[in-house]
Amino acid sequence: MLILGFCQLETISQLHPAALRCQRIKLDFQSVKQLALIFVAVLTLSACASRTPATGINDPHEAQNRATYESNIQLDRGVIKPISVAYGTVVPDPVRKGLSNVSDTLGLPGTVVNNLLQFKLVDALHNTARFAVNATLGFAGLFDPASEVGLEERESDFGETLHVWGFAEGEYIVLPAYGPSTKRDMVGLIVDIALDPLGTVLDPKVSNVKTGLKVADIVDTRYRYSDLYESVIYDSADGYAQLRLSYLDRRRFELGTPIPQNDSAPADNPSYDLYEDFYE
Amino acid sequence: MNNLFSSRPSDLGRRRFLTGAVSGVTLLVAMPHAAFAFSSSQAEALITKTVSDINTIINSGKSESGMFADFERVLVNYADTPNIARSVLGPSARSASAAQLSAFTRAFQGYISRKYGSRFREFIGGKIEVNKTQKINSIYEVSCTAILRGESPFAISFIVADKTGKFIDLTIEGISLLKSERAEIGAMLDKAGGSIDKLTAALK
Repeated sequence: MLILGFCQLETISQLHPAALRCQRIKLDFQSVKQLALIFVAVLTLSACASRTPATGINDPHEAQNRATYESNIQLDRGVIKPISVAYGTVVPDPVRKGLSNVSDTLGLPGTVVNNLLQFKLVDALHNTARFAVNATLGFAGLFDPASEVGLEERESDFGETLHVWGFAEGEYIVLPAYGPSTKRDMVGLIVDIALDPLGTVLDPKVSNVKTGLKVADIVDTRYRYSDLYESVIYDSADGYAQLRLSYLDRRRFELGTPIPQNDSAPADNPSYDLYEDFYE
Repeated sequence: MNNLFSSRPSDLGRRRFLTGAVSGVTLLVAMPHAAFAFSSSQAEALITKTVSDINTIINSGKSESGMFADFERVLVNYADTPNIARSVLGPSARSASAAQLSAFTRAFQGYISRKYGSRFREFIGGKIEVNKTQKINSIYEVSCTAILRGESPFAISFIVADKTGKFIDLTIEGISLLKSERAEIGAMLDKAGGSIDKLTAALK
C-alpha cells in the first residue's frame, strides 16, 4: 500500500482491454473441464512443493530484469509521471479518491473468488459484505462506508492462492510496464485476469469503464505517493536493488510470515535469521 | 505487558538484581551494554518510549531541520547505531580503523535521520501505536500500527536486540530498513570505489 502501491499495478493487461477479452474464460463445459484439470494438477504439484518461507534473493535473470527495469523507468519518466501530475493537478482529490474507490469495489468479486480458493471463508464473507455495503450505501462504490464499520480492505490475489496451495515463490521477474513480480505472482496475475468474475458478467462497454477506472487508480497512486516512490527509486544509489528488496520483503510479509504463538519457543523462521549474526 | 518484571521464569534469576525502584528504560540508558539480558516487557517499554518521542516530534510543528535533529537524538538514544552502521558496511567494516568507523557512524546517523525523517513528514497529525511484543531467538519484535490521516493503517515493527537492549531494525509492512540500507550503502560504497572515507563524505 505504502511503498509499492504504484508498482503493484493490479493487472497489466487491464491496460489492454482487447487482450483481456480474448483471454476471458467462458464458463461452458469445456472450460469447466479445463479448470478441473488445472485444479487436479495444482493439488498434485502442491503435494511436493516446499512450504518453507522464502528468504534471500533469487534473481538468476538479473541482466534481463535490469534492462526491463530501465525501460519501465523510462516509461515512468516519459509518460506515467507527467500524466499523474496532470491528473493530480486538474482533478480534485475527493473525485480521484472516489474513482479509486469504485475501482476497488469492482475488484472485490475477484478477491472473494481467491478467498474461497484459499478456503478463507471469513475473508470471503468479509469482502462480500464490503462489496454489498459499498455498492449500495457507497453510491456504486464512490464512497467507502464499509471501512467505517470495520469492513476494511482485505486484499488477495491468485498469487496468494498459489502460495496457500503450496507453490514456492520462484525467481524474481521484472515485468514490462507492470514492474516487480516473481514467477508465482506472474502466473497469479495471468489467472486473475482470465478469471475476473465481473468481466464475465459485465457488458464489454462497462468492462472498458472498469479498465479506465483501474488506470485512473494507478495514476492517482503514482501522484499520491510521488515523493515516496521517487525517493525509493530515483534517489537511490541502486534503485533496481532497492525495488527488488522492497517488493520481496513486502510481498512475503503480506503473504504472512509464521511466528510462533508461544513467547519463549525458538522460532524456526528464516525471515529473522539476519538478526542472528548481527552481533558476530 | 504493563508489568515490567512479570516475565518468563528463566529470566527471573538474571533480573533479580534489577528489581529496584528504577524502571527498565532508565536502566537501559544507564547500564553498560550486555550487562543483562532483556525481557519482552522491557523491549516493549523501550519502544513505547521511542514511539512516544516520535509522536511528539511529528506533531511538534517544528521546522524540517529541527525535526531531523530530534529524530537523530531518538536514534542515538534508542537504537544501536554503532552496530547498525557496522552491519550496513558489511565486510569492509573489518578493515576500517576505529576512527573511520566512528566518523562513518556519525555521518550515517545524520543520513538516516534526514532520509527517514522526511518520510515521517507524512506522519504529521498521525500516530504510532504499540501492539504486542514477541521474542524470536535473540531479538524481540515489537509490533506497532501507524495510523495516518486519510490512510489505511499499516504495520511497523521495531526489532530490539536482547544483547544490548536497543533496537537494531525497523520494518515497515515487512520492508526491513537494515536490509534496505545494507543494499543502499553497499551500492554507495561501490560508487565510492570501496573507500569508506569517500562514502562518509558523501553521506554528509
